[in-house]
Amino acid sequence: MPDSTFLDSTELVLNMGPQHPSTHGVLRVILKLDGEKVMGTSCVIGYLHRGVEKIAENRTWAQFNPYVDRMDYVAAVSNGLGYCLAVEKLLGVEAPPRAQAVRVILTELNRIASHLVWLGTHALDIGAITPVFYCFREREEALNIFEKYCGARLTTHAFRIGGLLYETYDGFEREVKAFCKMFPPKVDEYEELLTNNRIWAGRLKNVGVLTADECKEYGVTGPVLRAAGVKWDLRKAQPYSGYEKYDFEIPTRENGDTYDRYIVRMREMRQAVRIIEQAVEGMPEGPIMGKVPKVIKPPVGEAYVSIEAPKGELGYYVVSDGSVQPYRVRVRPPSFVNLQALDRMVRGGLVADVVAVIGTLDIVLGEVDR
Amino acid sequence: MVKLLRKIFLVDLFTGLMVTFRNQRPKYIYTEQYPGERPKVAERYRGAPRLNINPENGETLCISCNLCALACPEGLIVVTSERNEQTKRKDLTTFTYDTSRCMFCGLCEDACPVDALELTQDFELATYTREGQIWDRQMLEEGPRPTPYKC
Ligand code: SF4
Ligand code: SF4
Repeated sequence: MPDSTFLDSTELVLNMGPQHPSTHGVLRVILKLDGEKVMGTSCVIGYLHRGVEKIAENRTWAQFNPYVDRMDYVAAVSNGLGYCLAVEKLLGVEAPPRAQAVRVILTELNRIASHLVWLGTHALDIGAITPVFYCFREREEALNIFEKYCGARLTTHAFRIGGLLYETYDGFEREVKAFCKMFPPKVDEYEELLTNNRIWAGRLKNVGVLTADECKEYGVTGPVLRAAGVKWDLRKAQPYSGYEKYDFEIPTRENGDTYDRYIVRMREMRQAVRIIEQAVEGMPEGPIMGKVPKVIKPPVGEAYVSIEAPKGELGYYVVSDGSVQPYRVRVRPPSFVNLQALDRMVRGGLVADVVAVIGTLDIVLGEVDR
Repeated sequence: MVKLLRKIFLVDLFTGLMVTFRNQRPKYIYTEQYPGERPKVAERYRGAPRLNINPENGETLCISCNLCALACPEGLIVVTSERNEQTKRKDLTTFTYDTSRCMFCGLCEDACPVDALELTQDFELATYTREGQIWDRQMLEEGPRPTPYKC
């Protein structure tokens, strides 16, 4: 934080959070203000720290699986996928094709659910109350599919190391197809409410600009990076779980401001529907569990797998010492890394923009603090 | 000029309001009147635990193998048993399940070789006391007892 204007009597230090409703959890941002202008910020994190990485060292490989859902709880399925892929890489097994297709369908549904939470809460922060109700209505449909598939709506524990535990239920394909048919008109509806809305555009355009170079400097990934014009999506760059089979586009924009990030995420939802449609059409038959021993004991070694979670690159670095428990599990959460760019994005802006920028970064504090 | 007219006639506002009014049809009502109207949870829902008994003779299906306790990441299941001298098998004596620490991941259910332990569709787990969260064998078999409220 710059101290240059500290002697200035108009300067004010203000705590935003940890109970502030628009910090999306328990984030505390210390704002240094000169009137309405933000001179600098610093984030205080750790209010939701549960020591997930340490817990892993005291659990078996399979037992740690439900814990990863509790990091990014609005995109629990992606977390589970990342962890399972990392352990599978360590074991040297691959999930059977049918399992991969189901994984893709559920992760993309989860991407939609996560973006809907983001859109609803972000719009709420900006002052548009209506979208949140519409978003949660559609999210409900996605969560119902999760509930029917694996028995839980939020912390799903849907995947197992080596494949899937549950076969799809009767009517799974029909319901997913119905969702794909129902959803794109709903996105049009959100866009009708927001995209050309003058207040919305006025609050978002040229707010929290992060250029491509700055994104790379901070290691920012996901929609924030793509809104700055970098075509980088791990689903295309390092395909996993059969993503190379699907045809989809990576939406990008040039300006890297809050409005562009909104557009990118909206388009991403439409692309997710495209992927789901393709995956459910060509869902192969066959087993859903790979050849995994009952007691998972990966050979000594290490593996790093990163996937494109709704919020950015989600990486798992797992180390095995050949026992039934992980030696070390390190998570690279997208929210944590993206949050580092907050100071650069809000400095020089207005206080009200801080709320918009925190919303547009789409952070989940469970993941930031782990 | 067009921009000015749009501003005067509040075109953007009415586009937004149109969406709102489109959704006023009663068909679009999504709110559930919860205690009156109970949600139907999915068949695979992971809710309150139950220890199944054999419906014919009322004996427990559990064979006291302790696999569920070993599978649980939280270690919240405690199974005790004693050896039956006649049948040379283990008989279940107590079974405690601490729902306050459970995260309903379903690993214990998967581990059970005889489908004795099951997570049911019951989702109302609130109690008045902390002790009420710890379910013993009787509760697991018969369902939760109403907890008396102590002031
Ligand atoms: S559901 Fe999970 S946390 Fe709960 S008792 Fe079973 S294994 Fe343990
Ligand atoms: S795994 Fe099943 S049979 Fe074994 S102790 Fe647990 S409930 Fe009983």
